[in-house]
Amino acid sequence: MRLRIQRYDPDQDVKPYFKDYDVQLEPTDQMLLDALVRVKEADDSFSFRRSCREGVCGSDAMTINGKNGLACITRIADVKEPVELRPLPGLPIIRDLIVDMTQFFNQYHSIKPYLINNAPAPDKERLQSPEDREELNGLYECILCACCSTACPSFWWNPDKFVGPAGLLHAYRFIADTRDEATNERLDNLEDPYRLFRCHTIMNCVDVCPKGLNPTKAIGKIKEIMVKRAV
Amino acid sequence: MVNRVIVGAHYGLRDWLAQRVTAVVMAVYTLIVIALLLADAPTDFAGWKAWFAQGWLRFATFLFIISLVYHAWVGVRDVLMDYIKPVGTRLLLQVLVILALVGYGGWALQILWRA
Repeated sequence: MRLRIQRYDPDQDVKPYFKDYDVQLEPTDQMLLDALVRVKEADDSFSFRRSCREGVCGSDAMTINGKNGLACITRIADVKEPVELRPLPGLPIIRDLIVDMTQFFNQYHSIKPYLINNAPAPDKERLQSPEDREELNGLYECILCACCSTACPSFWWNPDKFVGPAGLLHAYRFIADTRDEATNERLDNLEDPYRLFRCHTIMNCVDVCPKGLNPTKAIGKIKEIMVKRAV
Repeated sequence: MVNRVIVGAHYGLRDWLAQRVTAVVMAVYTLIVIALLLADAPTDFAGWKAWFAQGWLRFATFLFIISLVYHAWVGVRDVLMDYIKPVGTRLLLQVLVILALVGYGGWALQILWRA
């Protein structure tokens, strides 16, 4: 299998460059991540993140033939050769396919991604009706791989100010949670020309999400709730 | 002044909503005008003048121009916020855009009522 991988070691290289690899696959190699492991066997200076290798941890997000995705759930049979791999765009490169996700996680933390409820805890769990729980489907599944946010031009231009699709999806996950009591504070926190309204609904996030989620829809629902609150 | 990233201006919803409302106003106006012109378009200057002198059309055109100016302001401001990083330059450009749009709006209305 032929791969064309962007390499960069800030200690040695002046700027990133592409290196071609030809690797022999075993019959058990089904996913792109398996091919990357073969590359690593052949050239141990090559670096990338990986962990669960089944699309749950979100570590091996990268740009695969121009589109962000997870190497571990991208089938080798589905990608066109030579497969061009780049690190996620818009974030500082640490080395090869490894990027510095600090800005991404700063935005995630800024929306307070936890349930806020100061009422005394009941004896058992805080209950939700099945209908209320239904609203959280398509939100809680996000694995924070950053494929969406790094595909978003608004996040490229203002990663320090715009929350980004992943963060906003999580923001709506807590706004939509009937057990959460901080809805107003959450909306106040987002009502800002940069934090929320940098989203111009171009839907790159929906296009790339490896989990098939829809951050644009979640962002639309946040705006809808804001309208309800204000009008 | 410390150089920190500060966000939290607490506005944005009104502009976002206004951009949608003004878009609808402009779309409806455009469709109506196209339909009217397809049915019976004026052929000479006097005809156009009389056409735009109709009270209701003047009213609708006035709303269209106001919508256009507001819509353009929100859109251009968003572009400036995305791409122009130095705050002073951004403020200057935003002020220039406001002045230009208000000027264009006034000019258009003056033409409209002169007709």
